[in-house]
Amino acid sequence: MTIQSSQPFHEPFEGVDMSELERSLMRPRTFLDVAGSALTALVTGAALVPLASVLWMLVVRGGKSLSWNALTQAPPAPLEPGGGFGNAILGTLVMVGIAALISIPTGVLAGIRLAQAREDDRIAFAIRFGAKVLTGMPSILAGVFVYGSIVLLMGGYTAYAGGLALAILMLPTIVLTSEEALRMVPTLMHEAAVGMGATSTQAVWMVLLPTALPGILTGVVLAIARAAGETAPLLFTALFSNYWLVANGYLELAYPTASLAVLIFNFSSVPFENQVELAWSAALVLVLMVLATNLIGQALASRRAGAR
Amino acid sequence: MPTNHQTFAQPPSARQRVLDQIFGVLTRAAAWIAGLLVAVIVLQIAWKAVPAVREHGLSFLTGTTWDPKQQQFGILPQIWGTLYSSLLAIVIGGVLGLCIAIFLSEGFLGSFAFRVLSLFGAQHRRWALRIPDRADLLLRNLVELLAAIPSVVYGLWGIFVVIPLIRPWADWLHARFGWTALFSEPLQGPGLLPAVIVLTVMILPTVTALSRDALASVPPKLRIAAYGIGATRWETMLAVLLPAAKRGIFGAIVIAFGRALGETMALAMLIGNANKISLSILSPANTLAALLANSFPEAGPKEVPVLMFAALTLLLITLVVNVFGALIMSRAGVEKKA
Amino acid sequence: MLSLLAAFTACGSSERPRLIRLQGAGASFPAPLYGRWFKVFNAAHPNVQIDYQSVGSGSGVKSVIDGTIDFAASDAAMTAEEIERVPRGIQLLPMTAGSIVLSYNLPHVEELKLSREAYTGIFLGKIKSWDDAAIASANPGVQLPKLPINLVVRADSSGTSFVISQHLSAVSEEFAKNPGTNKMPNWPAGTRAKGNEGIASNLKSTPGSIGYLEYGYAETQHMPMASLQNKSGAFVRASTESGQSALKNAKLSADLVGWNPDPAEPASYPIATYTWLCVYRHYDDAQELEALRDFVHYGASEGQQFAESLGYIPLPDDVRKQVIEAVDKLAPGKTVASSQ
Repeated sequence: MTIQSSQPFHEPFEGVDMSELERSLMRPRTFLDVAGSALTALVTGAALVPLASVLWMLVVRGGKSLSWNALTQAPPAPLEPGGGFGNAILGTLVMVGIAALISIPTGVLAGIRLAQAREDDRIAFAIRFGAKVLTGMPSILAGVFVYGSIVLLMGGYTAYAGGLALAILMLPTIVLTSEEALRMVPTLMHEAAVGMGATSTQAVWMVLLPTALPGILTGVVLAIARAAGETAPLLFTALFSNYWLVANGYLELAYPTASLAVLIFNFSSVPFENQVELAWSAALVLVLMVLATNLIGQALASRRAGAR
Repeated sequence: MPTNHQTFAQPPSARQRVLDQIFGVLTRAAAWIAGLLVAVIVLQIAWKAVPAVREHGLSFLTGTTWDPKQQQFGILPQIWGTLYSSLLAIVIGGVLGLCIAIFLSEGFLGSFAFRVLSLFGAQHRRWALRIPDRADLLLRNLVELLAAIPSVVYGLWGIFVVIPLIRPWADWLHARFGWTALFSEPLQGPGLLPAVIVLTVMILPTVTALSRDALASVPPKLRIAAYGIGATRWETMLAVLLPAAKRGIFGAIVIAFGRALGETMALAMLIGNANKISLSILSPANTLAALLANSFPEAGPKEVPVLMFAALTLLLITLVVNVFGALIMSRAGVEKKA
Repeated sequence: MLSLLAAFTACGSSERPRLIRLQGAGASFPAPLYGRWFKVFNAAHPNVQIDYQSVGSGSGVKSVIDGTIDFAASDAAMTAEEIERVPRGIQLLPMTAGSIVLSYNLPHVEELKLSREAYTGIFLGKIKSWDDAAIASANPGVQLPKLPINLVVRADSSGTSFVISQHLSAVSEEFAKNPGTNKMPNWPAGTRAKGNEGIASNLKSTPGSIGYLEYGYAETQHMPMASLQNKSGAFVRASTESGQSALKNAKLSADLVGWNPDPAEPASYPIATYTWLCVYRHYDDAQELEALRDFVHYGASEGQQFAESLGYIPLPDDVRKQVIEAVDKLAPGKTVASSQ
């Protein structure tokens, strides 16, 4: 086809059937593709309905009593106006903090060791299997175990015992997800590091961990979320307290401690409206606290990834 | 060999080797701690259960009465309820969770946000550049938020929202299909169906978050290569990405299943605590964990060994299920057998 | 821990009294009343912090035997063999009492009278429909619907179940044989719900339901309560007077334990019980003992004014005197050489 400047511009490929090159739903592969996406979107939408329902219930019922007072005061007696769950917020922070301090280093280190294990390593197999079995343990047993050991030993209910019981719940999840996250790092990266003369520790610290950090963080956040909401183990280890954890300027960890989970458990089973409303607000605050943990974790992970 | 210009590749120095040894000891110690913890807990439960095992033996596992007064104990209904509710929950929750994980990893919400923005021609404005990514992140956080909701609150949600909502449907199902085993009993309030619904919602975030991670860590090369040879999005997903992420997805399901088996508070409030065995999903049932939650606080020295026996049974069930799962997965070609 | 704290405060200002912490655990039934008492007591004595957590009578008793708490509370008191296991000895103190009511959901039925055969029949699963003759005969003129009876019982082990099953066993021999008196009876009929709140929500959502609840719970939630026929044949509603009348003849032993599972006076409500505080007979720390003693004095005297508003039965006067006498007998044991 010749193009002459005096002639008007022609569409190239004039007279050629272009439809074969266009996307058409008449073709089965395309149709299935669009159908698949539509189906997934529908299913996701449907699955998000209960999520919306729970959150809505929390916000509506919990938002009613949410106030500065509720966040800073000690729990009220039945039918007593005012009061709040400030000491429970502090107690949850302290005990989940203790649990995290115990379970995160142990869990991640164990995950590292399991990821380094060879196929035929029997002990690693056993440990991994044990962790999987432990995820199926009802939380009440963690509390009973710690009661039988620490509480009896120390002669009383303490925040330490509560933190330990929560750590037992968190550990299997962190171990399993850390190992998975590390194994998902492409082996090429590990081999390259070793090829450059890194010890396995250096390979882990400088290559594997930073790459696997988002995955490890997901596991950690899931574990923390679960631990923060568990009631049964705390009932056997830290009981509850209507007073603040602080005395004479010190954090008193060797005494029964309040927690949001136990407060919700207590206040949702009584007929007194003032306490029931506080239970809902406490639930809302707990969920928001875990959301905050989630966001902080993501911010940390992305900063790490950016700095790499 | 290094000369006077810097090079990264060197054999490790003495200090680095020492640090390597120390770290090796630390990781091994941590793994041992994790392993020993499991062993100690299981042994303690078994130890406490010995008096009950001696007294009741196997009839404990096959009996159906729970009568503390007559000291007659049987947990077959609870075993049935545990398995039935958890299996249903993991099947439904697994599929739903995987769908949401695919939705998240493909970035559908972000693409949708992009399309909406481009309707207004705003997709390249500076303030609009990060919106698609933020939309995906928001959805991810919302789903992970579900994991933070305490078990008690899920129980309350079940009682106040789910049960009233499904009651008319359940009655219709029982009226129409009551002749099938699945709907043979009417819904009396708490029962298997509300419990399974709530349990599914509870394990959803675990499956979603971990599966999404698995999908996201598949090397981008695979996806690009598949597109390059002309595969559609879903052909890549089904034939390339999901098989590549098999391992992580399976791990997610294992953890979620464990959670479902051991879920205490919410099920204690929603399962109806009836010691019967029925295929009907509308009938009340009981689970081992709910039994523990309901009986433990008031248990006297005679009942504690019995409850420990029940706990041991639950751990054994988790073990058996994990073995089964591992066998299935090794057949399906996932490398690791554990 | 406490002596360290004592030393610390001793080194500091000599004016500030030592912080005394007492920890209790046990039944959930008296928890609201105790909670109110602790608050008021703490306001009057700022250096005494008393805490209490509902973990169930059984767990509370277990903890007091293990020595991990300072006192327990139990709806079923403590058996002799349990008391024997405590080297420091146990003193049981009835601090308050309550009734158990049968609450129901029958639209348009404002007053319901249940005869002894009626309510035992319902619990035995023999009476299955609301228009049964046994129920109708006691309620002339009331339009009873043709609904099936949805009985709701407790799924969890509890003192409330103990008390009502004890009463039903006293009334009906058949019930005494099976399921009998127990914290978790093997109920022949009924759907199970967890806790008072589970029963209440079940009752509210299903017409035709009936279940047993603590009087305080039903009263605070304004739920309808049935009048029950007592041994003398009268139909009695639960109230402070009818409860006190029932407790009058609950002969307390020297250990201050006593029940009246089937009261005979015409004015008595059939199901009422004390609930006990379980304290040690010897406390190492004299100041702790004194704080506890002051608290029990308070609870047995001024504290009783809160009982009615929260749904409990105030203690009869003679019982109050016995409680105060008993707590005064507690010995300090070994005194800690602490700052005074």
